[in-house]
Amino acid sequence: MASTWDLSTLIDSLQRDLQARIDPQSCVMVGIYTGGVWIARELHRRLGVSAPLGELDISFYRDDFSRVGLHPEVKASRIPFSVDGSHLILVDDVLYTGRTIRAALNEIFDYGRPDRITLAVLVDRGLRELPICADVAALRLRSNPSDYIKLRGPNPLSLEFLPGGEVAPA
Amino acid sequence: MSLRRRIRNLRLIDPVSGKDYRGDLALAAGKILALGEIPDDFQANEEIDGSGLIACPAFLETQFQAHTPGSGLHGDLRSELHAAAAGGFGSVVLDPDTAPVADTPGVLYQQRAAAEAVDYLRVYLSGALTRELQGESLSEMAALAEAGAQIFSQGRQSVADSQRLRLALSYAADLGRTVFLWPEDRCLAGNGVMDEGPLSLRLGLAARPQAAEEIGVERDLRVARLAGAAVHFPSLSSAAAIARVAEARRGGQVVSCGVSLHHLLLSAEDIGYFNTHSKILPPLRNQKNRDDLLRALADGAIQCLTSQHVPWGRETEGQTFAQAPFGIAAVQWTLPLALRLVEEGSLDLLQMIRLFTTGPAAVLGLPPPSLAPGANADLCVFDPDAELQPSATGFSRARNHPYAGWPLRGQVRYLFVDGRLRYCSAAG
Amino acid sequence: MMPWRMGEGDPQRDAEGRLRNLLAIEGLREGEILEILDSAESFLGIGERMVKKIPILRGRTLVNLFYENSTRTRSTFELAAKRLSADVLNIAVASSSASKGESLLDTVDNLLAMQVDGFILRHPEAGAAHLLARHLGERAWVVNAGDGQHAHPTQALLDVFTIRHLLGPISERVVVILGDILHSRVARALIHALSILGCPQIRVVGPRTLVPPELQDLGVHVFHELEPALTGANVVYALRMQRERMDSQRLPSLEEYHRRFGLSAARLRLAADNAVVLHPGPMNRGVELSAEVADGPQAIILEQVTHGLALRMAVLARLAGGNP
Repeated sequence: MASTWDLSTLIDSLQRDLQARIDPQSCVMVGIYTGGVWIARELHRRLGVSAPLGELDISFYRDDFSRVGLHPEVKASRIPFSVDGSHLILVDDVLYTGRTIRAALNEIFDYGRPDRITLAVLVDRGLRELPICADVAALRLRSNPSDYIKLRGPNPLSLEFLPGGEVAPA
Repeated sequence: MSLRRRIRNLRLIDPVSGKDYRGDLALAAGKILALGEIPDDFQANEEIDGSGLIACPAFLETQFQAHTPGSGLHGDLRSELHAAAAGGFGSVVLDPDTAPVADTPGVLYQQRAAAEAVDYLRVYLSGALTRELQGESLSEMAALAEAGAQIFSQGRQSVADSQRLRLALSYAADLGRTVFLWPEDRCLAGNGVMDEGPLSLRLGLAARPQAAEEIGVERDLRVARLAGAAVHFPSLSSAAAIARVAEARRGGQVVSCGVSLHHLLLSAEDIGYFNTHSKILPPLRNQKNRDDLLRALADGAIQCLTSQHVPWGRETEGQTFAQAPFGIAAVQWTLPLALRLVEEGSLDLLQMIRLFTTGPAAVLGLPPPSLAPGANADLCVFDPDAELQPSATGFSRARNHPYAGWPLRGQVRYLFVDGRLRYCSAAG
Repeated sequence: MMPWRMGEGDPQRDAEGRLRNLLAIEGLREGEILEILDSAESFLGIGERMVKKIPILRGRTLVNLFYENSTRTRSTFELAAKRLSADVLNIAVASSSASKGESLLDTVDNLLAMQVDGFILRHPEAGAAHLLARHLGERAWVVNAGDGQHAHPTQALLDVFTIRHLLGPISERVVVILGDILHSRVARALIHALSILGCPQIRVVGPRTLVPPELQDLGVHVFHELEPALTGANVVYALRMQRERMDSQRLPSLEEYHRRFGLSAARLRLAADNAVVLHPGPMNRGVELSAEVADGPQAIILEQVTHGLALRMAVLARLAGGNP
């Protein structure tokens, strides 16, 4: 049985938590393809970040490239601002093992050296394999690897959950 | 001294009489003693069951490169004759383009000595028509004839200068020997490594137009007529050139031509992705020309078939198409490859046998090989139905051939020269 | 299956039919070419960043094995490999010493003993890359960076990439290839790439000694006069004219060639508005193109170089990925 959450409530909560931490006039925001970009677009608009939104495709930085090869539909990353010295808000939909975020951090540093990075995710699955955690998460779960959690979109956005384990709000 | 042998229940095919019948064959003292009905008093000290086998005179190879004398890297007389025997040959004519070239009596004596030392098949020698085969100055042809040159030959080199060709042919005509010519317009042929056509355009390889051979044949025919010489083109690839030779023959000129099995079985398409094992001279032509060649074969316009044996050792492998030497070494599979043409209906069995026996013998000025009593017991006894797949390597030192894995039929079971068993394969 | 007619497998592909080597454009599928072009678009952005390097080939070793001089091709392959974080070994072998010394395959075997993952080969003889690919089998992959007069697949890919990047889909463009088609691996590769991508009209133009009418077997329209070939064209691709063509008497002189087939501004006006002019380099000013055209706004020769880098990154990433 699939569960869904009310996306706008979750994004509301992200917006609240971020507002306390950022200055929309000086910070920059980057979403990770594809779900992270959808969420980031919404947050970018709601928070009124003045710099344009950045988009990141981490295909070139994946640690499983040797095994799976290059994804044929790799998108170009687009960072239309200087990263150097910025406070950068990195947005993704689901934090799972942490490998995507590691790859994204590596890529961001190839554009420049930010002063500070804040990670905001919609869902933290609680299954990280690397010492990477979200500063802000709308939903913190203790899920099983067999669970299926995916953000669908972009119109409308919906979070899909096919259970195989217990759902426990943090 | 050879054994007195009786081979029972053979199918006997005699290229001279054209007879095809069943019976036994009796061999004694290196000759055919009797066939069909064997005299009651014939005492054999060896009997062979020939059921299911065909006997015919052993084949004669007009183009045989054994690199003797030579470096030994690309095979020698022993290795290459072994392969030839397995292919059905009892006699070969050595190519003159050895190292050094067979343009002095000394080289011919050396070849003769090597043949005697190997003591395997009948070996005929050819003397170079011109020194170093360069097509410029005459070789000492009388001395070469005395040293045993059965023919004179230009190997795989055309003579560029028509006047020099005329003089060389005139001089050779005095000595009563056939001259093997390599007809090609050298400038038009250039440094081409394959036939000119859509495939050479696609592969970006330097091309050799078929017209180069056709012009060469036309020129050589006319010059030979001026000189009054008997000439033979050992390996033509152009059906139009062969038609021109046939026309000259009808006009009474003493000329003949041969075609290699490769040009009848393969086309330029077989070069595929730069397969150097399909790189030969003349180059493999297009499919339409191949069809025309098969038709010319059926019409009797071709006097000899040849395996055009040119072995190259392992040192020449791993080269690009342009670097790789020309030539295919597949003499060991001559019989099954020729039977393939018979099976395809391009010619009948008797015609095929003639093109490897009486045809070449006439070109070389030798008595026609036959099964008649009293003839030399040079025999090829083969199983026409045995399945055989050529391997990448065989008895030859070389492996430059494109036939590995082809499903073929036909295997030489016994090969006799002068009544002596030279090759025998297990029935399988 | 009867191996009666020689039908070896395509040496570009592995047993499962995946692209393992890039030897020639001929035999590639449209989808494969489009995937490479699409990923090259992403690689294009990397050159604009502070760190112009991504880690996907970290730890891989590639060899740039060049038996012919080519500053441009060699350096873009080298830079492409380095921007993908691969280690690159540059080996330049002068053709003259190669013919005396060890063979191509012996050289390669020595390099393989140093655990090389892939080879980028430029060789003066047609079929050299096929020879190498067959020799290597599963041990390493090969990119053909030009073999004799046969093929130059990455050049053709960067050319169609450039055309597509600036003009949109190839399937709507008339392309003219001008010059020595007969001896050009660039032209051969480009003709195949354009055909596979559905180019509605490929024209080739030049003197009959360099543009044989038999070329129409490749599906192109053959012209021996420049003006009608240019009329309405969207892309004009001028090939480099080699001096040795005069030596072999295929042309009387470079001046006469320029008179008949040189691309001048006046002639270029016959082409469609906004037609673009490409050249694989190095260019002979005043021979293939007049200086006015070469330096004019329609020439996109430097874009070709920039795109060549991204395209070669895409090719290397494609062959190295999934083949650890």
